[in-house]
Amino acid sequence: MSSTTDPRAADGTRRRRRGPRTWLATLPLLTFTGLCFGIPLGAMAYGAVTRTDPASGATQATGEHLARSLQGPYLASLVGSVQLSALTALVGGVLGVVIAQAVVTSRSAGLRSATLTASGVLANFGGVPLAFAFIATVGISGVVTQLADLTDLGWNLYSFTGLTVVYLYFLIPLMVLVIAPALDGLRPQWREAAQSSGATGRQFWLHVGLPVLAPSLLGGFVLLFGTAFAAHATAAALVGGSVPLVTLKIADALSGNVLTGQENVALALGLDMILIAGLVMAVYLPLQRRSARWLR
Amino acid sequence: MAAMTPTTRHPDTAPDTRAPDTGAPARTPARRPRPGIWRGAVLALAGAYFLIPLVASFVFTVHVPGQGITFEAYTELLSADGFTKSLLLSLGLAAATIALSLLLAVPALVAVRIGSPRLRPVVEVMCMLPLVVPPIALVTGITTVLRWGPEHLSRTPLYQTFIAVQNEKFPVVLVLAYTVLALPFVYRSLDAGLRAVDVPTLAEAARSCGASWPYVVLRVLLPNLRASLAGAAFLTLALVLGEFTIASLLGFRPFAVWIVSISGAQARMSVAVSILSLLITWLLLIALSRAGTTPSTAAAAPATTSRKES
Repeated sequence: MSSTTDPRAADGTRRRRRGPRTWLATLPLLTFTGLCFGIPLGAMAYGAVTRTDPASGATQATGEHLARSLQGPYLASLVGSVQLSALTALVGGVLGVVIAQAVVTSRSAGLRSATLTASGVLANFGGVPLAFAFIATVGISGVVTQLADLTDLGWNLYSFTGLTVVYLYFLIPLMVLVIAPALDGLRPQWREAAQSSGATGRQFWLHVGLPVLAPSLLGGFVLLFGTAFAAHATAAALVGGSVPLVTLKIADALSGNVLTGQENVALALGLDMILIAGLVMAVYLPLQRRSARWLR
Repeated sequence: MAAMTPTTRHPDTAPDTRAPDTGAPARTPARRPRPGIWRGAVLALAGAYFLIPLVASFVFTVHVPGQGITFEAYTELLSADGFTKSLLLSLGLAAATIALSLLLAVPALVAVRIGSPRLRPVVEVMCMLPLVVPPIALVTGITTVLRWGPEHLSRTPLYQTFIAVQNEKFPVVLVLAYTVLALPFVYRSLDAGLRAVDVPTLAEAARSCGASWPYVVLRVLLPNLRASLAGAAFLTLALVLGEFTIASLLGFRPFAVWIVSISGAQARMSVAVSILSLLITWLLLIALSRAGTTPSTAAAAPATTSRKES
């Protein structure tokens, strides 16, 4: 924390009395988030752990929905989402580091700024347009599918593997964005210092490079995991229901073409997701703060 | 090698800087060419992976098997059923979301800088929390709340509010949800901007010249925040234009939902629209990264792109 505060923060504290009840100006924001964010979340959590009898209107607490959200097809969808997110985060993380390292070590300013701009742009290439671009490219009647006879090779875009390839399209650039500043933080002087002290390349990475990069690497992995885990639009536009993903299951249950009572299971699944995403962020935020030390 | 070590202490020891190279002659010269090769291979593969879908999508939209090249998918777009309506709806929602999120965030962040630093963690946490909640989880909560209207409130005036926010022509509920989703990006962008400006000193100087508080904010602080305000607005615009999950599950039909709805019957056009919407988003983001010339806002831009819906 202390590493991120700038000298001016001290001035702000000293001149605090200048502001005429400035806290009033934060009220609209806090009220808004309380109402428009807090109430839906509260309603979701409440619905996930209660059941209302439609006839009498009586509400009672129950763990039934949460229990059901951890069974059968719902559990399978949670596991599927976690598997897909972990796999894509791992692959995307490694490839992102490799690309970022290639760009950073090239020391070409043009290549570097082009890559970072492209990454910023591509990391935003999620959702529906991405799904359609891949359908047009490697879908059943896609351009590359036709050219390379991919179907004969056993390729299927509307599968776990297909989804992985699509997710990597926005996860790799995200990793490049996250890790490039950290790789910059590995000063060439450190490597030269290690070399002139007689360290081999492997020793340099083991004792200097990786320890410095570790928080950023782990933080990047976790961020990728969270992004893939929360993704819904891409999968919805691409595979419909053929891959078990928790976001697709929630959407199914919410759109109402299932048995009554499933809505509460959707709420319970939402709660499960927030718990997993919360864990992920709880890992990510301290790591990001720690790695900020090396980004100066 | 010497060029990479600006901290070399003795400018008169130019021959010495070559010493590490000659000191390990077997290793260093042998290693030099290899990075060039793997770097080229990595960049070529990455370039192929990222370019092929774009090129192939374009080919898909203009090349009809058996008919040759045609640009119909693009020319028929304007007359397509629902195109203008859904695009205008998305743009309207984006404008309202930008206005609302800036109106909420700017006074709060300025106040936290000037007079209430102790509230800062509270504001930060409130703005960052939406990052933890996946949009689909938020939408389950919103549908639950919206169902309260008909179930419990049908005899109260609040019911009219519930009807009004779900107006098909301009669903205010989407503006509220999008503002929640946009808050982390708006917060980061504005926070980076405010970090680069000495807000207390500026405000104090303006106050001692007799400026009123609204004048200080509108005429002194906001012009200094122009880049980060634009950044926040661009990111919010990109977010709203691409948003699919919340709108589709609440049953509204802005742009992204419309693209999916036509994909079955007009696959070519849906891909064409996807390409166009990408181009527009990219132009916005590139403009944004060019606008953010100060290091702090430039650093904020990549960070803020990290959780757009996907």
